[in-house]
Amino acid sequence: MKVLTRAGFAGLFICAAALFAACSETSSTTDTTVVVDTTVSEVAYPVTAGGVTLETQPMRIVSLSPTHTEMLYAIGAGDQVVAVDEYSNFPAEAVALGTKLSGYEPNVESIAGYEPDLVVISYDPGNLVEQLNSLDIPVYIGNGASSFEQAYEQIEQLGALTGHLDVAVQLTSQMQADIDAAVAASSVSATAMGESITYFYELDNTYYTVTSNTFVGQIFELFGLKNIADGVEEGNDYPQLSSEVIVSSNPTMIFLADTKCCAQTPETVSVRDGWQKMDAVVNKNIVQLDDDIASRWGPRVVELVKSISDALALVAAGN
Amino acid sequence: MLRAKDNFAPRAGTRVAYLSLVSFALLAIAVLVGTMIGPAGPQWWRVPIELVDRLPLITVDSGVSPEEWNIVWQIRMPRVVLAVLVGAMLSVAGASYQGVFRNPLVDPYLLGVAAGAGLGATLVFALRRSATENWLIDPLPLAAFVGGLVAVFATYMIGNTFSKARSSATLVLAGIAVTSLTTAIQTFVLQRNNDVVRQVYGWILGRLSSATWGDVRLILPYVVFSCVVLLMHRRLLDVLRVGDDEATALGMNIRRVRLTVVLAATLGTAAAVAVSGLIGFVGIIVPHTVRLIVGSSYRRVLPLSILCGAIFLVLADIPSRILADPAETPIGVVTAFFGAPFFLLLLRMRKNQV
Repeated sequence: MKVLTRAGFAGLFICAAALFAACSETSSTTDTTVVVDTTVSEVAYPVTAGGVTLETQPMRIVSLSPTHTEMLYAIGAGDQVVAVDEYSNFPAEAVALGTKLSGYEPNVESIAGYEPDLVVISYDPGNLVEQLNSLDIPVYIGNGASSFEQAYEQIEQLGALTGHLDVAVQLTSQMQADIDAAVAASSVSATAMGESITYFYELDNTYYTVTSNTFVGQIFELFGLKNIADGVEEGNDYPQLSSEVIVSSNPTMIFLADTKCCAQTPETVSVRDGWQKMDAVVNKNIVQLDDDIASRWGPRVVELVKSISDALALVAAGN
Repeated sequence: MLRAKDNFAPRAGTRVAYLSLVSFALLAIAVLVGTMIGPAGPQWWRVPIELVDRLPLITVDSGVSPEEWNIVWQIRMPRVVLAVLVGAMLSVAGASYQGVFRNPLVDPYLLGVAAGAGLGATLVFALRRSATENWLIDPLPLAAFVGGLVAVFATYMIGNTFSKARSSATLVLAGIAVTSLTTAIQTFVLQRNNDVVRQVYGWILGRLSSATWGDVRLILPYVVFSCVVLLMHRRLLDVLRVGDDEATALGMNIRRVRLTVVLAATLGTAAAVAVSGLIGFVGIIVPHTVRLIVGSSYRRVLPLSILCGAIFLVLADIPSRILADPAETPIGVVTAFFGAPFFLLLLRMRKNQV
C-alpha cells in the first residue's frame, strides 16, 4: 500500500501532462453517422447521435468535459447548459455558471442534483454512465479525438442532439476552411526554405511530449513539420524525452504547451543547462501556446493552427 | 496470560454479546445516517419517513418524489451497502493477517494483494479502457481480482520454497519482494501510458463513489464466504498467539491453518479491492481499536472487527461524499486522514505499555 501510494504521488506529477493533454488516442464513439429524423428545418425528436437517443430537446445539459463545453457554446446550445466541470474555463458564460463539478472524481449525486436531461463526458472514470443511466439520465461520451474528422464528428453529433445541427455543420465547415487557409498561407514559406523543419512540443517542464500520432501532432503534420519524438518510444504517443535527446535532436522550433501549468517561457527555456546553443534558442524560435487550447479538440483548435502558422512565417522570415 | 483470560471466558462471553448488540445498533444507525446525508436528493429527515412508508402495510406521506427516491436507492444505497461489505472485509482480513503473522502492524495488503490488483487495474486502463466499454463483463474488477490473487499466490510459492522452517518471516519478506516487483512493473506500464495516469491514480486512492448494485452482487459471495471461514478459525488464531512451536506442540497444523486463513482473507480482500480500489488503514485501525476495547482474544476481535469495520467505512464515506461537493474526496484519503494520527497514538500507547 505504502509503495503503491508513492507510485500514486509520482503519478500526480505525471498528471500535469496527462491532465492538460487529457487526450487519448482512443477510438471515437462507435456511431459514425449522424441520424436525424428531420423533414422541416426544425429538428424533430427523437434524435439518435453518438450512441445516444433523446426523446425531446435537452434543456438541462451538464458538461463534464472542457472540450465539449466549448463545442456546446460554439454551436449555440449554451442556453441549454446548466452546469459544467471545474476545468471548463471557456467561454466566459460557462465560467459564469459557477458550477465546479468534477469529471475526474464525479459526484453522481451532485450531478443528478441539477436534474440534467443530458450529461456530456469525455471519459468514464468508473461506472459513471451506468449510475447516471440508472437515474434515466442519458450520457454522451466524446472520447479524446485523434483526428480532425473525429472532432468535427463530435461537434455535429452534439449539434444533432441539442437541436442545433445546422449551426454545427456550419461551424465545422468554417473550421475546415479556416484551417486550410492557415495551412496554405504558411506552407509556401515553409517549402521555400528548402529544408524540413523539426520541432519539439513540450507538454510540461519534465519534457513529456506528443508524437505525430496524437491529435495535436497531426496539426503539425499539416504543415509538414517533423516531430523529434516520433519513433523514440514505440507504441507510446506521450513519451517523456530526456534533455539529452532533445538537445542532440536540435529541433528548429520549440512549442511550449506548458505556459499556464508550469509557467514556462522562452526565457526559462533558454537558461536551461545545455539548451543555450540549440538552434531554436539561438534563433528565438520558441513559441508559447495556450495550454488549454492545445489540449482540447474543440472549435478553438483553429486558433492553435493559426498560431503555428504565424510562428512558421516568422521562422521563414528569419532565414 | 492466555489461560488467565480464558478463565474469564463466561463473563467475557456475555460482554462480547453485549458489545455485539451495541455494535449492531450502531451499524444500523450508521447505515441510516449514511442513506440520509448527501449533496442532492430529498431533505435528510424525509428519508427515514420514506423508508417507513416503503414497509408493507404502512403508508406515510414523506413528500419524497420518485426522482429523489431514485437518487437515494440507485446512488446512495449501493454505496452504503458496499461500504458495509468492504469495511467489514478489510478489517476482518486485517485482524486475521495480524493474528496469523503475529505482527500488529500488518495490513491485509501485506502479501501483495494490493500491488497485484493495482497492476491488473493499470493494465486494463493502459490497454484502453474505452475499447472495453461495450464488453458484457467489465474487465476492471476481474483484472484487479485476478492480479491480487496471482500476486499472493506468487508470494506464497516463493515464501514456501525458501523457508523449510515454519517461519512466517520468509513469507512476509516474499510479500515485500513481490509487492516491489509488481509495483515496479505497474510504474513502468504507467510511465509508458501516462495518458491514463489520472484514472489509475483515482483507482489507487480507492473509491466507493462508483458503487452500483452490480458491484454489491459481485463481491457479496466472496465477502460472506471469507468472513465465515475466518470466523471459524478464530479459536485457532488464539492458539497461534503462543508461538509456532508451542502451537505445533499443542497438535495444530500451522501450515494448514496459516494457508487457509491467508487464502480466505486474500480472496475477500481481492474482491473488495476489485470494486473499491485500495482503501488504506481500515485493516489496521479497526482491529486495533477493537483490541483496545475487548482485549486481544480473536474470539472477540474477529466478530467485532467485522461490525466495527462496517461502521467505520460507512461513516468515513459520508465526509467523502460531501466534503468536496460537487466533487468527491477519495475515501482512501478520508480513512488515511483519520488513520494516520490514530496510528501514531496507537504506537505511543504501545510504547507506554512496554
